[in-house]
Amino acid sequence: MNIAFAIARRVFYAVLLVLAVVVLNFLLIHLAPGDPAEVMAGEMGGVTEEILHDIRVSYGLDKPLLTQLWIYMKSVMQGDLGQSFYFNTPVAGLILSRLGPTILLVVTALVFSVFIGTTLGVLASRKPDGFASAVITVLALVGYSAPVFWTGIMLIITFAWLIPIFPISGMATFGSTGGLFAQTLDVFHHLVLPAISLAFIYVAQYSRITRASMLEVLGADYIRTARAKGLPETVVVYKHALRNAMLPVITLAGLQFGNLISGAVLVETVFNWPGLGTLAFDSILARDYPTVLGLLLISSIVVVIANLLTDICYRLADPRIQTSHKV
Amino acid sequence: MTNHVSENSPKPVSIGQDAWKVFRRNKAASAGLVVLTTILLISALGPTLYGVDAYSMVAAPFIPPGTDSTVILGTDFLGRDIAAGLIVGGQATLLVGSAAALVTVIIGVLVGATAGFYGGNVDEVLMRFTEFFQVLPALLFAMVLIALFSPSLLTVTFAIGVVAWPQTARLTRAEFMKIKQLEYVTAARSIASTDRRIMWMVILPNALPPLIVSATLVVGVAILFEAGLSFLGLGDPNVMSWGLMIGANRPYILDAWWTVTFPGISIFLTVLSVSLIGDGLNDAFNPKLRER
Repeated sequence: MNIAFAIARRVFYAVLLVLAVVVLNFLLIHLAPGDPAEVMAGEMGGVTEEILHDIRVSYGLDKPLLTQLWIYMKSVMQGDLGQSFYFNTPVAGLILSRLGPTILLVVTALVFSVFIGTTLGVLASRKPDGFASAVITVLALVGYSAPVFWTGIMLIITFAWLIPIFPISGMATFGSTGGLFAQTLDVFHHLVLPAISLAFIYVAQYSRITRASMLEVLGADYIRTARAKGLPETVVVYKHALRNAMLPVITLAGLQFGNLISGAVLVETVFNWPGLGTLAFDSILARDYPTVLGLLLISSIVVVIANLLTDICYRLADPRIQTSHKV
Repeated sequence: MTNHVSENSPKPVSIGQDAWKVFRRNKAASAGLVVLTTILLISALGPTLYGVDAYSMVAAPFIPPGTDSTVILGTDFLGRDIAAGLIVGGQATLLVGSAAALVTVIIGVLVGATAGFYGGNVDEVLMRFTEFFQVLPALLFAMVLIALFSPSLLTVTFAIGVVAWPQTARLTRAEFMKIKQLEYVTAARSIASTDRRIMWMVILPNALPPLIVSATLVVGVAILFEAGLSFLGLGDPNVMSWGLMIGANRPYILDAWWTVTFPGISIFLTVLSVSLIGDGLNDAFNPKLRER
């Protein structure tokens, strides 16, 4: 089995997963108490009898269930996630307009936690009873136990109010003018606290797994070989050992993507970050079901894509997987 | 009556007693047990002993902690007593957290045990099903379920259970696959035990130690879920909880830090003590660490 075939199989499987989410959404609409047409219209949108009639006709709600499922899947596949009567706009466009900020937040938190986590993990693996190890132990306990939204609020109270060095909320200073560079800098200034809140749990997780995996790798034969041929210790640790020790970190980071999005819902709500999370919060309070279900679908697609990318990264990072597939 | 155990031979101890000995030696885990017991006692007896209604206005809004001896931890934006809220709020958080953990473990063990025991196509289908649930962002999925079926303690409990089970299922599956190869399972088969009997009476008891450790961690996860959902306003709106207190007071954090800080510390201490207990149980059940 070569690499292209393996990836193609993964892509096919990913498409199936997405289709399964569409079916789940359809089931939820029908399992929820009340008339499916009313669920699809959402509760608080000033929906008239005419609109309900239109929904019944366009989704064939008088037809057999399987026909309805087929019509629903067809419209979703065509990019039609329904109409938000609360926000008064098509759901697909609404969600896509909020996707960017969430991806920015999640990816920043991910990069930050992987970077800090592996650095701490490497330091700790070289001195198992040293300072870095103690930091990891404390971080692991605090990171696991503190609710992410509360960490965010504490960061706001500390670094936006007591020591006001970061903005309290939002993604950009209102009415800020200036060049592209100044505006980008402004966004990053707003990004710091939300990204730290979100990354907090994962720093500990990645550092623990890096430490464990480095300790294992550093005992391997090829590390002894590398040392025996006189390579400097930094090259041995960072080039030979770390590359191999990173594999479990990559796997974990990919698997965590869904959790990161869950965390982002809370962090975005705390910081009024204009992404999918605040949209989820607003649309759920308004019982705007088309938007809510659209969010579930789009965020699942994001997770599926992230898992696929992880799989490909993993194959590229692990030299053994590459060669064994070439043979 | 004669005593067959001679004076010099070690006294026989059960696995439970042995585990308890190892557990007690773990200082952090013991501290966790003490903290959790205290929190449970406060939640159970506190409301009667303290006697202040957490839902009604007892003083002016936004009284800082330590300035008024009748409301020692201050008041929130409605003039409700924060201390009374903490005492009563623990009930919902702990109740939903542990009930949701139970639902999670039941679903996870059922799916994982069936997949691991039968293997083959059954395993394939159930594991695909599990993977599907892992793709859905858990909190968002729980939010959708609660919004569609209207928030109450029951829907919140089940929503958490429905989204949180995959990890337990994976662990159970791995344990069942390992244990079903062992001789005593073959022995049970040879005396024509039914599949159900082998699964629940032979394999499950032997898979319990890692499952108990993981169930402890699931309680922590479920409490954090409950807190997050209540914070977002998706808990039962009529029941006070720590997450709800933080969510309700969120607009005023810059005027009244105490309204969100104390409920957060309560959640933090509860989850921390649960996870320390989990670590302790892990040591206690892990024979490799016994001899340390």
